[in-house]
Amino acid sequence: MATASITHPEQSWELPSRGLVGMICLIVAESAVFIIFVVAYIFYLGKSTSGPMPRDVLEMPVAGTLCLLSSSLTVYLAAEALQKSRVRLCSLWLAATILLACVFLASTAREWYQLIYQDGLTIRTNLFGTTFYSLVGLHASHVIAGLVMLLLALVFALFGRIGDAHAERLEILSLYWHFVDAVWVVVFTVVYVLGR
Amino acid sequence: MADSIPLTGIEDLTAASKPRPLTLEILHAWVTTVDHKKIGLLYIGYALAFLVIAGLEAVIIRVQLAVPLNGVVSPQVFNRLFTMHGTTMVFFVGMPILFGFGNYLIPLMLGARDMAFPRLNAFSFWISAFGGLLLYFSFLGGDGLYGAGTAPDVGWFAYAPLTAKVFSPGHSTDYWTLGILLSGVGTIGTALNIVTTTICMRCPGMTLNRMPLLVWLYLVTCFLVFVAVGPLTAAQIMLLIDRYLGAHFFDTQAGGSAVLWMHFFWIFGHPEVYILVLPAFGFANEIIPVFSRKAIFGYPAMVAATVAIGFISLGVWAHHMFTVGLGPGANAFFTLSTMVIAVPTGIKIFNWIATLWGGKIRFTVAMLFCVAFLFQFLIAGLTGIMLSASPFDWQLSGSYFVVAHFHYVLVGAILFTIFAAFYYWFPKMSGRLLNETLGKWHFWLFLIGFHLTFDFMHIPGVLGMPRRIYTYEFDRGWAVWNLIVSSGVVFQVLAIGCFVFNLVRSYSRGDPAGPDPWDAWTLEWSTASPPPVYNFAALPTVGSRRPLWDLKHPEDPDSNYE
Repeated sequence: MATASITHPEQSWELPSRGLVGMICLIVAESAVFIIFVVAYIFYLGKSTSGPMPRDVLEMPVAGTLCLLSSSLTVYLAAEALQKSRVRLCSLWLAATILLACVFLASTAREWYQLIYQDGLTIRTNLFGTTFYSLVGLHASHVIAGLVMLLLALVFALFGRIGDAHAERLEILSLYWHFVDAVWVVVFTVVYVLGR
Repeated sequence: MADSIPLTGIEDLTAASKPRPLTLEILHAWVTTVDHKKIGLLYIGYALAFLVIAGLEAVIIRVQLAVPLNGVVSPQVFNRLFTMHGTTMVFFVGMPILFGFGNYLIPLMLGARDMAFPRLNAFSFWISAFGGLLLYFSFLGGDGLYGAGTAPDVGWFAYAPLTAKVFSPGHSTDYWTLGILLSGVGTIGTALNIVTTTICMRCPGMTLNRMPLLVWLYLVTCFLVFVAVGPLTAAQIMLLIDRYLGAHFFDTQAGGSAVLWMHFFWIFGHPEVYILVLPAFGFANEIIPVFSRKAIFGYPAMVAATVAIGFISLGVWAHHMFTVGLGPGANAFFTLSTMVIAVPTGIKIFNWIATLWGGKIRFTVAMLFCVAFLFQFLIAGLTGIMLSASPFDWQLSGSYFVVAHFHYVLVGAILFTIFAAFYYWFPKMSGRLLNETLGKWHFWLFLIGFHLTFDFMHIPGVLGMPRRIYTYEFDRGWAVWNLIVSSGVVFQVLAIGCFVFNLVRSYSRGDPAGPDPWDAWTLEWSTASPPPVYNFAALPTVGSRRPLWDLKHPEDPDSNYE
């Protein structure tokens, strides 16, 4: 067949995986969104015209942070286990990840409950409330999105619908999860360390 | 000339002989399609419809401004018209039409069978389309509680505090912000798809430095989309939180900052200019060499210049804000960075001229539009350098000089190359050539109309006419200039009429194009016109930047020189 093979075909033609590149693109775009929210938070630090101020009401969410950060390790172990075709181990680590993420969300919920009902800080109270709830809420919504995907993966794993053919997909999902964790490191530093 | 070239093998010769499908089946096929070519055409058709709508809005604006103290529309309607015109042209004409061509051409040029994520592609289109419909639904649904609304009237950059609930009651601004938010989601989705396609779907031998320049330009455009549309999305989310939850991001009375919105908007807004113009450069990069019968001059320099433009464009946004009073340091920085961007842009202009130089130029309609683009883009760039000097900008910011400058870019450069792209790729998309005689009418009428309108628009700007005023008095000395500006609109409308008529007529009655009507060199011309669903019966393998040249000239292929 006379094809368009104009010259010597290359011996090997390997291109990066689509999922990986797509996820990196998504992370770049999401980073831009988060940067704007972080910039707004920093820009409005100390510009509130009325209380409460961050140093009066914020406490470091140490337990939640530790849970979220360690969930990065468990999701890595889950992806690793799936690569070695150990589905049971994989679902165990997935469940651990989900549990840790839920603890993090619960700690955020408890923090917000206290802020709203004890300290009287809502999104309309002052600029601190506006920027704090938006930034932390944007991050929490990303945690929830990741949680939904992890839950799906766990359900598939429990019903045995997951195999090493899906190892790459789980790895890409874990990449998203690492990103969400990395964003929390930034948010934690800005809001709870420098911003207080 | 195409008939003599043996293209068998890549081209699929099986005759399709199916019974004619029902209208409902055709509709169903278009709505559910995940084929990059159909989605590309959907994008283009959708953008053309909005081009006509937003064009008509501009016509009403120019009728209103043609003579002093005119009363065709009320001030409120005038505000809505320029807001809708600007928003539509940028978000629902410019970006969709460029993504339409990108969607259609990039897989074909890379020798791929589809985009990397076909379903994401369909999702991105429909979510953008929904955004556009939402924006226009505001004419019906923007009233809100107070009957104060219909279409948004806050201007296309919607400065705070105009968008605050107090100053913009009703839902008009909500339609604006939601429409843009949705279109932004679609834009990021398509950009993600294009980057992934370019990196992961190239056919064997298509290394990065063998890709057609158009694909390179889209790649840089899409990176700009990530870092520019992301901030816009963030700012729209903040505006929504302000309007719906009573937050204070842009509420100056609670300590919020109106200038922060300006920063966020222009961090998007200036790269957006390059998001729109880089694909237009891409069209010129494909069309000029083919009709000069020469390979593009300085391919690596073109790529480097594109990447440089991409980077520098991220650091120039505050030149839209000189009149805010940023202080001498920021003014000097943004003046300099804006001037620096002229360097890579100048490199591109010189490369196009060097490509034309000594070439055997064929003045088809596509080439005419490209040559006009070169002249007009140069002038647009020169007024851009004038405005980049902050003292000069203090004098002219917010005047018709600025309006003339950016329309010179958007119409004189971008729209002209988009027309060139239509004349060049319509044969590939439809299998039929556009009529060249009608095309020449289109070109000359549009050229005359463009120059009447936008050359003379600079003058009332220098004389002090501010943008966005709905009328002016006799004694200002602007009347003659405005009349000339408005008279150009007549020619532009006639030209667009020729163009639309040409599209419709040639679609059914144009001369058959064959696979390769222009004797071109990139892979899209190696398959049938229109291409089959799977693009290439056998995936091609390429050995140079001009695979079809190699195929047509086995005695002297480009691959010998790489």
